Amino acid sequence: MKIQALSRSVSAHQAPGSNVSKQPRNLDSALHPFERAREYKRALNAVKLERMHAQPFIGQLGRGHVDGVYSIAKDPNSLEHFASGSGDGVVKVWDLADRDEIWHTTAHENIVKGLEWTRDKKLLTCGADRSIKLFDPYNTPSEAAPISSWLGTGAFTSLSHHRSRNAFAAASSVISIYDLERQTAAPEVLHWPTSVDTITDVSFNYVETSVLASCSNDRSIVIYDLRTSTPVTKTTLKFATNRIAWSPMEAFNFAAASEDHNIYLFDMRKFDRALNVLKDHVAAVMDVEFSPTGEELVSASWDRTVRLWNRDRGHSRDIYHTKRMQRVMSARWTPDARYVLSGSDDGNIRLWRANASQREGIKSTRQRQALEYNDAIVERFEHMPEIRRIKHHRHIPEVLKKAGQIKSEELKSIKRREENERRHSKKQFERRKGEREKMVLSKEK
Amino acid sequence: MEVDTIDEPITKVRENGALAIERTRTEILPRAEREKARRMREANKAYGRGKKINTKTIKDRKLRSNLKRLEYKFQDAAIKAKDAEILLENTGGFLEPEQELERTYKVRQQDIVDDVAVDTAQKRFELKLDALGPYNFDYSRNGRDLILAGRKGHVATMDWREGKLGCELQLNETVRDVKWLHNNQYFAVAQKKYVYIYDHNGVELHTLKKHQEVSHMEFLPYHFLLATIGAVGILKYQDTSTGQLVAEIPTRLGKPISLGQNPYNAILHVGHQNGTVTLWSPNSQEPHVKLLAHKGPVRSLAMDREGRYMVSTGQDLKMAVWDIRMFKEVNSYYTRQPASSVAISDSGLTAVGWGTQTTIWKGLFNKHTAVQEKVQSPYMAWGGEGKRIERVKWCPFEDVLGLGHDEGFSSIIVPGAGEANFDALEVNPFETAKQRQESEVKGLLNKLQPDMIALDPNFIGNLDLRSDKQRREDRDLDAGPVDVAEEIRNRARGKNGALKKYLRKQRKKNIIDEKRLRVDELWNEQQKQKDKKQKEVEEDLGPALSRFSKKE
Repeated sequence: MKIQALSRSVSAHQAPGSNVSKQPRNLDSALHPFERAREYKRALNAVKLERMHAQPFIGQLGRGHVDGVYSIAKDPNSLEHFASGSGDGVVKVWDLADRDEIWHTTAHENIVKGLEWTRDKKLLTCGADRSIKLFDPYNTPSEAAPISSWLGTGAFTSLSHHRSRNAFAAASSVISIYDLERQTAAPEVLHWPTSVDTITDVSFNYVETSVLASCSNDRSIVIYDLRTSTPVTKTTLKFATNRIAWSPMEAFNFAAASEDHNIYLFDMRKFDRALNVLKDHVAAVMDVEFSPTGEELVSASWDRTVRLWNRDRGHSRDIYHTKRMQRVMSARWTPDARYVLSGSDDGNIRLWRANASQREGIKSTRQRQALEYNDAIVERFEHMPEIRRIKHHRHIPEVLKKAGQIKSEELKSIKRREENERRHSKKQFERRKGEREKMVLSKEK
Repeated sequence: MEVDTIDEPITKVRENGALAIERTRTEILPRAEREKARRMREANKAYGRGKKINTKTIKDRKLRSNLKRLEYKFQDAAIKAKDAEILLENTGGFLEPEQELERTYKVRQQDIVDDVAVDTAQKRFELKLDALGPYNFDYSRNGRDLILAGRKGHVATMDWREGKLGCELQLNETVRDVKWLHNNQYFAVAQKKYVYIYDHNGVELHTLKKHQEVSHMEFLPYHFLLATIGAVGILKYQDTSTGQLVAEIPTRLGKPISLGQNPYNAILHVGHQNGTVTLWSPNSQEPHVKLLAHKGPVRSLAMDREGRYMVSTGQDLKMAVWDIRMFKEVNSYYTRQPASSVAISDSGLTAVGWGTQTTIWKGLFNKHTAVQEKVQSPYMAWGGEGKRIERVKWCPFEDVLGLGHDEGFSSIIVPGAGEANFDALEVNPFETAKQRQESEVKGLLNKLQPDMIALDPNFIGNLDLRSDKQRREDRDLDAGPVDVAEEIRNRARGKNGALKKYLRKQRKKNIIDEKRLRVDELWNEQQKQKDKKQKEVEEDLGPALSRFSKKE
């Protein structure tokens, strides 16, 4: 008879004198009952922990501005230097590492409408006083006079620097392209032949560097091409657009921050429908920017909140607000995509974590693995109602909540009215317009 | 769960004697490819999570790519798990005859003790406790600790491998059952009137006054639920982490005879006087399943760890093997006396204690075959020395069977009974105090809620597809018009009367549209059928009696 029975020695599992014991694994599912239920429970714990650790606000930069902050610009050559312009014409340059001001000057008489860094680390500002000024914040003392300045015919509203050439675009009622290498030369002027309204924002494409887009008060978005020096298309939306942000990764896509509380993602080749509509704000969106990876967006809104979005989701992934933060005029990602800066009407520039529950500092491998595991498992059970509820729950101010309720009520009633109209008119034979194509009024080429 | 089925023979013999090959291997795969496919098949069999999703038929590109990625991940995980088998340290024990005339059931314990390693041989011992017997006992979850409870009030805990006594209590009253809770720090004792919880020092911590005259107890380790059932037949679930009484369910079948836990889905099986076995969870006042297992009281129950088979023994001298996925009896065996206790080990050995004997069966069920064969002779046998068996129980992760009887406790060695390779992060037989504390905290953090208990434990995480479909339809205003026939069918589901009522109501409407025409059609059809039936009845009754026929 052949006989063998299990024999495990204790010393094989923990060597004598050592305090480290062996931890053998066996992945047979019979040894791990309730696999799914326990994973679900772990996901629930993970999502609760994630919410518990959510502390998005880090602090403000220095002592902020005296007036509201209307524009923020990041230095493309640095991870930590930012410039901000306020309503009283003061421009400040900030250092992110010690969260303090390193340079300031009074650039304009009125609101600093546009700010942009040049490739050689100089700062361009523009304002309603019809001037564009060029400063050198790193090499001159504070309150220094500009290195050079340009005087335009009308008030300037926005600046955008070319990705590689030493040139920038300035928007007034037309778009003027200034060449920094030939400072005395007259700017190249671009405008849509029939439009006369003020252009509110202009933005160069990051990838197709000679393409630029503008939005104006007449609710239109115009795409220009520098190679032919002509405007290419004009699309009129139902509401005016406040800001245009190109995707840094996908050359054709851009986001438009609209007055109608939504952000529209468009493909510039196909204007008849949006790629996505980001809905959550309850007031006009003042600023929007793609994260450096092009996967996420940050938006600043008149409803006193900053929201973070996934490019391919319709609703925001997070909402940031504080009691003291007023209308937010501008929001920017830091170049490492880990933080977000917001400038608001109360004159403060606030620094937020891009991921509310993420913490800085070096993590041990086990901690990192645990966090990664938690993320993965929450993603796996994201569709479960309880987990979704906890994950999406945010404490938001009463006013905002109320505004949201009123807004949804209004939208519902509009929809109801439309449906009623449809039922009793010829409209019923028409196809309903999709949510992504509703806002496009007309297209011109 | 994957079950292997017996494939049809590949070749069939035609009438003329020719062989027709059905599955020809036309594609020529290189050896490496074939090897890879075989490896994948084996991995899926052992570690797969069910059928693959056919991603080729999905039209939505985003969904398709997501699902493809997921499928790839699952496949990868299965293969990696299979590859990790190389790291398993131990192989299971065995008892194999070398000659044709040798029989494994003839092997005596002394032969085994002589043949196995010294530290394994020490696991065979007898405790002579003949004054306060018969003895019930329980092993802790990791198999390290043992608690003994004599009927007449003697309770003792011990680390049985080291032979160290933990605590000893003389309760001076009847003790009907005893159970370790989640680790070796606490245990519950069902005494004469109430259930008490003691800590490892034997200090009484709680009196569970809601649990009265309890005869059987089970502990659900992942839910931290202590389930008891007593003389009145009310099943009670007590949460041992919060102290709440979760559910109180009357079985309405009188005094229960046996209680067992299905470790796969935490469903409790209760065996009753009248031969039925009922399946319970704290979520329903009615049994999930009621099955007639025996023609007499169900003396004992045991479920295998993967929740596929149940072995029950009854007063009718029968031991039945049930497939509890289909609730079908697989095989039944004859016991010479009513078996008082039955237990299934991790590797599927079944120990049956009857009278003074214990028989151990191997291969009563096999998850890899579709048809279970009847086993002709047992694997091992023990007893016959006048020790009336009260309870048999397998020690987890060991080749050891514990036997409680009226003369004390015996621990015998059964090669090939235990799970050879434990998972230290799940249940660790060698855990240190620190690890025990950590696993307790982890266990409490991952405690499952009582409402997660169901016959299929994997229902959690599933989507409610029906309501999702409904919601989507509601949202889609541009959808085509509803099919009238479909609508009628949906509306008039139920008894025959429902359709009739619906048709009658629809016919009252004065608008003639497509729906109305459809309804009329159906109505006429019904009327015609009714008339035909009426005529048949009248014909049956004949001309004289036909006027008395019942008219609808």
